[in-house]
Amino acid sequence: MTNIPGKNELDAVLVERHSEEICLRLQRATVAVMGLGGLGSSVAVALVRIGVGKLLLADYDAVELSNLNRQYYFLDQLGLPKTEALQQNLARINPYLRIDLINRRLTEEMIPELFSDADVVVECFDDPIMKAAGLRAVLTAMPGVGYVGASGVAGYGENNIIQTRKIQDHIYLVGDFESAAEDGISLMAPRVGIAAHHQANQVLRILLGVDT
Amino acid sequence: MKIICNGAKKEIQEDAILVDFLKSLDLDPDTVVVECDGEIIARKDYESQILVDGTKLELIRFVGGG
Repeated sequence: MTNIPGKNELDAVLVERHSEEICLRLQRATVAVMGLGGLGSSVAVALVRIGVGKLLLADYDAVELSNLNRQYYFLDQLGLPKTEALQQNLARINPYLRIDLINRRLTEEMIPELFSDADVVVECFDDPIMKAAGLRAVLTAMPGVGYVGASGVAGYGENNIIQTRKIQDHIYLVGDFESAAEDGISLMAPRVGIAAHHQANQVLRILLGVDT
Repeated sequence: MKIICNGAKKEIQEDAILVDFLKSLDLDPDTVVVECDGEIIARKDYESQILVDGTKLELIRFVGGG
């Protein structure tokens, strides 16, 4: 393997691009990503690229061939837990960030316990029951923690009906709020990717204090 | 009696139960977050929460896919 640049070199490049103030804020930030499918894997990649200091990544599933139409995994990772596979991929972008893995199925009750230290929780679940549970958990038991959920990201509908909607301070939802993944409508990389990057940008805006 | 659901007036039966109201809207209760007069309702309370005249509901429904 070729020599990879050291931590100082990566940090310096990020400071040059983003400014010292922004880099410091992002280095100190902790973001939890719940669900590492089409949304979560792309959200995590975006956050690592900009140097978010600590990520908590949660998923209980393994990488399957059918995931590769939209998720940030590779053929040689089939069968690996998504948490481990994503950690490998993130380390190829920036190996100097802290990544904690939670390789289990989450419940509503576990969310406040596991993620109380997070500045922002990103809900990237597939299951609509867990999407509702995630929002309820943060609204009832995690005051002050930022939240960016998603609903309605399937298919190949118009780009511009994917929106970021503010529910209340620190709480945002992304999607068209209608396009479910069900009979005849599947999840595809382009539109899931639009929503994932809405989510990632909203996380950034919350971390930088642009949006309350 | 009338309640307000996501800003719109709805005519419903006296003493309707939250879970029945959600089902009447063709919603799966498990996929809906409910705020009732400013309070987030725990999922286990959907079967016992009674809607009274003038109740203000905010519903957020989720669809699958991620």
